[in-house]
Amino acid sequence: MAKNTLSSRFRKLDIDEFDENKFIDDHDEAVDNQGPDGTEIENLIRIGDTMTAFHLALRNPPLNTKNPAVKERALAIVLRVLTSFKSSDIEPAVKSLDRSGVDLLMKYIYRGFEKPSDNSSAILLQWHEKAFAVGGLGSIVRVLTARKTV
Amino acid sequence: MAYHSFLLEPISCHSWNKDRTQIALCPNNHDVHIYKKDGTKWTKIHELKEHNGQVTGIDWAPESNRIVTCGTDRNAYVWSLKGEVWKPTLVILRINRAARCVSWSPKENKFAVGSGSRLISICYFEQENDWWVCKHIKKPIRSTVLSLDWHPNNVLLAAGSCDFKCRVFSAYIKEVEEKPGPTVWGSKMPFGEGAGGGWVHGVCFSHSGNRLAWTSHDSTVQSDLSVSLSSETLPLLCVSFITENSLVAAGHDCYPVLFVYDGTKGSVTFGGKLDVPKQTSQRGISARERFQNLDRRATSSETTEQGLESLHKNSISQISVLEGGKSKCSTFCTTGMDGGMVTWDVKSLESDLKDLKIV
Repeated sequence: MAKNTLSSRFRKLDIDEFDENKFIDDHDEAVDNQGPDGTEIENLIRIGDTMTAFHLALRNPPLNTKNPAVKERALAIVLRVLTSFKSSDIEPAVKSLDRSGVDLLMKYIYRGFEKPSDNSSAILLQWHEKAFAVGGLGSIVRVLTARKTV
Repeated sequence: MAYHSFLLEPISCHSWNKDRTQIALCPNNHDVHIYKKDGTKWTKIHELKEHNGQVTGIDWAPESNRIVTCGTDRNAYVWSLKGEVWKPTLVILRINRAARCVSWSPKENKFAVGSGSRLISICYFEQENDWWVCKHIKKPIRSTVLSLDWHPNNVLLAAGSCDFKCRVFSAYIKEVEEKPGPTVWGSKMPFGEGAGGGWVHGVCFSHSGNRLAWTSHDSTVQSDLSVSLSSETLPLLCVSFITENSLVAAGHDCYPVLFVYDGTKGSVTFGGKLDVPKQTSQRGISARERFQNLDRRATSSETTEQGLESLHKNSISQISVLEGGKSKCSTFCTTGMDGGMVTWDVKSLESDLKDLKIV
């Protein structure tokens, strides 16, 4: 047999790394936001101040980090806040957000849709309806085209 | 607002001649058709058959009366009218992917072609060899160039690309012109960059060349003022300045939208939806229809509108200024995937839509 069939080390080489035309996404690895603070939000939900919990949960979204655990944790906290809202409180909460806040909320809503649980779908659909009324189709397009996801 | 349906196929691209009596368009195939206006009717007078692939860009130079076309067959042709016939001249672009957009420079001594080969070809005519020569702009473009617009100084070129950026390049060719003076885009040759979140579909300089706006696939309109406007509409595919302070953009929502560029506040804001307001007939809805609506659409709403309310019935892919230039546009035209062309009159839009103010 020929000599070059003995070693299979070449199979571990990723030739795409050497492609000079390869697209390198120059994402600036900015400050890694660690996501919202779980305990503080839990306290706020317990005392019934869902609006402040909501605003806190949407602060510091972990958009830049590549660590999935951070993103999962942030998502869990946001979903906890969203599901603890009463239906009548949803609309004023959405109204209190600015444009980028609505976009961020839409991102979380769609992430929440990915794993439906017993009572999350109904409330998420209500959130979606209210956020859509403010953000329009553009906010959904931005969820689909966003390169930095929550 | 006149709507004219040319064909059933989408209009891939179009361009007008100098006095706006003729339009060259591509009906989604390998040809270019030239239609001439006779009153309110349009008759086809020429068919330009040379491309082997879909024609993706057409530009008609108003002064020199030459048409440049580019297509997915990686070629560009410059057509000159000899008598009654348009004769093509092949331009070798040296690209290995489809050409996507083409634009004559303001002085019409060169043209730029954006392509999928991640470069822009700047082509100029060399007298000694009687041949079109092209130079490439490669760095730092990382993906397909979707849209181009020339600055009025004939040297700067804005390019929007699929690598999410809009850039201003210098397309200075020393063989055909002198060095240009400084502009707001930097006195040295390159250039500025603006980053977005989606493919940059349309880019446009204002008439003076001091302002630049572009639309992106994440439903935003951005300008050199660096604050982007997130729109509530579907992504916009094309944009044009109609005055120094107003832009019109159109896209997948099938109607043009007005934006106001405010230099003092440093922002671009939504100005209004430009479309003919539809008169809805107020007829009562029968009980049977109410239940039918509930069954089909889960709402028992009054409207039995099945289609779109806008003039265009499918996405608008290109917008061009007809009269008045980019500083005081009085008419502009849109073509789209429904095969139709609409000419919009700015004065009547202002009077029809009450809240609209074109500054």
